[in-house]
Amino acid sequence: MHVDLASIAFWVIAIVLVGASLAVVLQRNIVHAALALIVVFGAAAGIYILLNAEFIAIVQVLIYAGAVTILILFAIMLTQHSMGRNSNPFSTQWWLAALICILLGGGIIYAVGHSVMAIGTATSPVLLAGEGSGVGGTVVRLGQLLYSPFQYSYVLPFEIASVVLLVAIVGAIMIGREEEE
Amino acid sequence: MGVSLQAFLVLGAVVFCIGLFGALSKRNAVSILMGIEIMLNAVNITLVAFASSFLHQQPKNNPLTGQIFAVFIITVAAAEASVALAMIIAIYRRRNTIDVGEINLMRW
Amino acid sequence: MSDVAIQLIGALIKCVVVIGALLTIFAYMTLIERRVLARFQRRVGPNRAGPFGLLQPLADGMKMAFKEQIIPSKARRFVFLIAPSISVFVALSAFAVVPLGDTTAWGNSVWAHALAPYIADINVGVLYILAISSLAVYGIVLGGWSSGNHYSLLGALRSAAQMVSYEVSIALSLAGVLMFSQTLSMVGIVHAQVNYGIWFILVQPLGFLLYGIAATAEVNRAPFDLPEAEQELVAGYLTEFSGLRWSLYQMAEYINMITVSSIAATLFFGGWTLGGLSGIPGLPIVWYVVKVAIFLFIFMWLRATLPRIRYDQLMRFGWQVLLPLSVLNLLATAVVIAFGWPWWISGVFGLAVLLVGGAVYYARMRRNHPLTQPTQDEIGLLLPQSVRLVHIEAQALATNGTNGAISANGSKGDKSGASAEAVEAGARP
Repeated sequence: MHVDLASIAFWVIAIVLVGASLAVVLQRNIVHAALALIVVFGAAAGIYILLNAEFIAIVQVLIYAGAVTILILFAIMLTQHSMGRNSNPFSTQWWLAALICILLGGGIIYAVGHSVMAIGTATSPVLLAGEGSGVGGTVVRLGQLLYSPFQYSYVLPFEIASVVLLVAIVGAIMIGREEEE
Repeated sequence: MGVSLQAFLVLGAVVFCIGLFGALSKRNAVSILMGIEIMLNAVNITLVAFASSFLHQQPKNNPLTGQIFAVFIITVAAAEASVALAMIIAIYRRRNTIDVGEINLMRW
Repeated sequence: MSDVAIQLIGALIKCVVVIGALLTIFAYMTLIERRVLARFQRRVGPNRAGPFGLLQPLADGMKMAFKEQIIPSKARRFVFLIAPSISVFVALSAFAVVPLGDTTAWGNSVWAHALAPYIADINVGVLYILAISSLAVYGIVLGGWSSGNHYSLLGALRSAAQMVSYEVSIALSLAGVLMFSQTLSMVGIVHAQVNYGIWFILVQPLGFLLYGIAATAEVNRAPFDLPEAEQELVAGYLTEFSGLRWSLYQMAEYINMITVSSIAATLFFGGWTLGGLSGIPGLPIVWYVVKVAIFLFIFMWLRATLPRIRYDQLMRFGWQVLLPLSVLNLLATAVVIAFGWPWWISGVFGLAVLLVGGAVYYARMRRNHPLTQPTQDEIGLLLPQSVRLVHIEAQALATNGTNGAISANGSKGDKSGASAEAVEAGARP
């Protein structure tokens, strides 16, 4: 079999990802935009699997597709009457935004094309060749790197991140609760 | 064979710009938040792609640092989304709109 | 053929078999559930179509297929059409990592690998199931929203809040098992239990109970079936769905039940193993099926026994009881692992928490509903406080002299159920 499965998968997922992102931005109905956002997150998870990052992919689905988008849908359904028929309008200066984005995108792509850092192969050639094979075991190594008490690890940032989450929870509750008067 | 790193980086750049366009050009506050989420995802794709390429290139370095960064970005993005949506709901309750063009109390 | 091709073919075959099996089991689960519920309620249940009603699922399916597929005029068409399929798709894909058996006796050939009795053994298996089942809420939310019906939207929002709240408890209650097994792979967890020589229920009794409660809420079964509360929300998100689309939602619910039962069996009860009896070919899958069937029966039992709890009770229970207890369990397990203590300390701790929790619950319940002595009336009926209203009627009837049936049935030693029934029989001549 000389068909490169990784390449096919990459191009399919990339097209879905870009199309769905465009749909998020261009859809006139904001609920449909949020549905496209789910597709964006799912396609990004597919990209992570291609990159041998199973853990990131699963966490992506769990947190983005499973929790954040539900929150967004909640907010949309609670506020849907405020925007009228066109629930996802553009501002008057959208052309300026488009110009900035095209310039920025062109710049990044030019830089990527000419950088010495951006050369190499990202996907593993043994993709799909069964469980445990390939570069495999990234989950264990990721866990050790994230919070091993004995080796070099990111355990302090990890703890700080949990404090950030705690602050966010308290803040969200304080901001979001109704004042009793 | 495999997909080159450049392809992933270009994909990340394109998706980032689409998200940036959404965040800059929309009037609905929830829509702006969605644009920001897309941008964060694009950054994650880039980071994980770099990490994955180091997995083949330089076994000396710790190749999973990019994935660690992605984990932290996801964490912070979740916190950010929850606070932002709470703010949107609070603003809606006060002013009955989430059109950022009409939320101009701080303007002079 | 290359290895990759064999892997793909094997995966395809297994997908087809698993999906076919799940759909068949779903059809017969509906029949079994109706029969079991009927038994609980002293009825017979569907027994007309075929022997023991075995053809009932077929008849139901045909009825569903030929029913009119109503699309409300206010519905958002596209989303309304795809929402039930999202539910089923998610439910089916979650099953992919559930191991039904073992491969260690099969040798190491490529085909043995490709035809192992699970579709995939990925090293993030448990997280995968959690992630996929967190998507199940979309089918319900989108179905409710797209119906263009306020009751449906309310049911959808309720279910979103409920499932997101209880997901947290599910993940935290499973974390204890994951710490002991030191792997996220479902197959690896079963092997870890074989290596320990025990089932993880002994290590994590509290975790299992919390998981059971949270999983019941997660699959929207009684007593947590608020999204489809027919009395308050006219069936919630299901209101506007009819025919095949309605049965797709039912299918998703039953498959989700099978999946959470499989997780319980795999993580807490050793999956396909049963002592030394799992070495014989063909037997592992039997043990697996038996374990899952027991959990499915418990689901039906709960549905027949418990009344639906109120929405504020649900939220308070989830955030104020279930979540702190899961964190406590996680903390205790972490301490046991960190200090290298033997596993039974974790189990004893879990049991102690369960006992204390049960005692506190009992005390609080008794404070709110003081224990009342059953009252005995003139004709010798032993009545609990809860049937006092009927009791007065019975007294009135008894003084009228029409108490022949009552005194014949209601002897002194009767329990309250029988006597209440006797009173009912007497009250409606």
